[in-house]
Amino acid sequence: MSNKAVMRESSGLGRFNRIRPVTNFFFSALFVLLALMTLLPVVFVFVISISSEASIAANGYSFFPSELSSAAYEYLWKSKDYIGRSFLNSVGITIVGTLLGLILTSTLGYCLSRPNYRLRGLYTGMLLVPMLFSGGLVATYMVNTQIYGFKNTYMSMVLPGACSTFYVIVMRTFFQTTVPDSIIESGKIDGASQLRIFTQLVLPISLPVIATIGLFLTFNYWNAWYSAMLYLDSNHRELYPLQYVLISIEKNISFMAKNEEFFREESMQNLPSETMRMAIVMVVVIPIACSYPFFQRYFVGGLTIGAVKG
Amino acid sequence: MGRQGNSGSKNGLAVKKKRRRFTLDDLELTLLSFPTVVWFIAFCYVPLFGIIFAFKNYKVKAGKGFLYSLFVHSKWVGFKNFEFLFRSPDLANIFRNTLAYNIVFICIGITLPVALAIMITQLHSRKLAKACQTAVFLPHFLSWIVVSYFVFAFLSTDKGLVNSLLRRFGMEPVLWYQDKRPWPALLVFINTWKTFGYSMVVYMATITGIDQSLYESAVIDGATKWQQTKGITLPMLRPIISIMFIMNVGHIFSTDFGLFFQVTRDSNSLIDVTQTLDVYVYKALMQNNNYNYSSAVSLLQSGLGCIFLIAANFIVKRIDPESGLF
Repeated sequence: MSNKAVMRESSGLGRFNRIRPVTNFFFSALFVLLALMTLLPVVFVFVISISSEASIAANGYSFFPSELSSAAYEYLWKSKDYIGRSFLNSVGITIVGTLLGLILTSTLGYCLSRPNYRLRGLYTGMLLVPMLFSGGLVATYMVNTQIYGFKNTYMSMVLPGACSTFYVIVMRTFFQTTVPDSIIESGKIDGASQLRIFTQLVLPISLPVIATIGLFLTFNYWNAWYSAMLYLDSNHRELYPLQYVLISIEKNISFMAKNEEFFREESMQNLPSETMRMAIVMVVVIPIACSYPFFQRYFVGGLTIGAVKG
Repeated sequence: MGRQGNSGSKNGLAVKKKRRRFTLDDLELTLLSFPTVVWFIAFCYVPLFGIIFAFKNYKVKAGKGFLYSLFVHSKWVGFKNFEFLFRSPDLANIFRNTLAYNIVFICIGITLPVALAIMITQLHSRKLAKACQTAVFLPHFLSWIVVSYFVFAFLSTDKGLVNSLLRRFGMEPVLWYQDKRPWPALLVFINTWKTFGYSMVVYMATITGIDQSLYESAVIDGATKWQQTKGITLPMLRPIISIMFIMNVGHIFSTDFGLFFQVTRDSNSLIDVTQTLDVYVYKALMQNNNYNYSSAVSLLQSGLGCIFLIAANFIVKRIDPESGLF
């Protein structure tokens, strides 16, 4: 590292203790480069999605297509039955899952934050075991499909991801450190039940942690694809979330490519074009890219709470 | 009754006595947490009994339920499933891939973000730092599916950007999804691309939380930036680095399924360098319906992970008693 910065004379300790302008220039350049590296793929895929088919056929994927076209998005709009439906599936799964997750994590987090709660030790143990052991994929899969009957249901995509030890611990730590005991005491003196204390006194002053965990859950559900891949069959397209649409397109294409002789030209042409696939990617990415800069601080907050020792 | 639970907290003895009894408060809290407890039992504890898959030869008995098939109909085979596994030539390769990738990921995943976090907090322009931090955080919010499409846009054999450039400069295009040689480096690069921003932000949050007066007194004593970094920033980062390290070592036998399965497009030609334990577990279950092997590998993975987690925690605590996860 080249920041053996020699102190430069200037007023104020803060100003005094800075890296040299040359070092600053190189560091800045490095970070601009890194930022470009993370953003360029997104821009690239967007450019592909608005390129015309002819331009891609001629030049391949390019940052500077010879011709622009909105055909992919028009086509997406026309295939509302499938793509629109999956979009709504993704939105629905995200909303229901997030709400359910918030209820599950906040209630247990609150109970664990009460110092005199009789079952506190038992519950802490219950939370820690899943961090160390899990039944593994086969057991989870068989239990979810054979006992709970999750094959081809929305439940399979909502329930298993709704809660986790990490979320509960973040909630507990927040309630422990930020909600003053006196508020809970005063609620008790007024004869309120724990449910009332929790919903009417604790929750309203806990919005930061609700936002943090809510956002974790929202992004997780929006990005989830593994459960869809495990539990959905190819004849249940009406249940597909957007992420899984992307996977299944890929699967179909490679399947057709491997068995080319069985498919005639027409069926190959019925597949979504390259631009359209990239347009679906953009439908997935744009809501994230537009929203995460505003929510960043909640993530950072949640990460630092979560990193505090349990 | 409920009120007394908390009001006696000044007197340690009284508290001890009262905690023995199950008060109205306790009852209410238990009811409040009931749904979550049910969730944990249903999704974390019930699947635990599935470990016995690894010691059985699972056969479905037509017309009978799953539990009957598993517990009554399927035979116990002891450690046969594991014996078969260890005799299969693939397993050594799969273990090697899993461990090698994870060791590289851990090394890069700690040094690079720590270095970058220290550097970004030094930038003169706060605005630039904030903008760059926001930008590099983005990949954390994208799924591996989306990333696999990004990668495809660059590496596609006939239309990808990389091959277009190679052609333009008169070089032979590469069949990226068939040639396994570049993939170890590619996977390390893609994984770093997706994860470094997140870790950098975690370390940054810790650095900005360090008491500024420490630096001020160091400056007065004439410490250089480099000395400040070595003497203040790194020691203050040590607890969080150890926690991240322990967690990563605990996961050293698990890999990101999305990275190794989706980004590589499950390409058979790449399998030597891309098959990890998680990919094997998935394929054995979903593509070959081999419940026994799949769950034997899962159990091995989970058991070894647990041992490594505890060992890493022990070692870190030996070196620095203040750090450690538990």
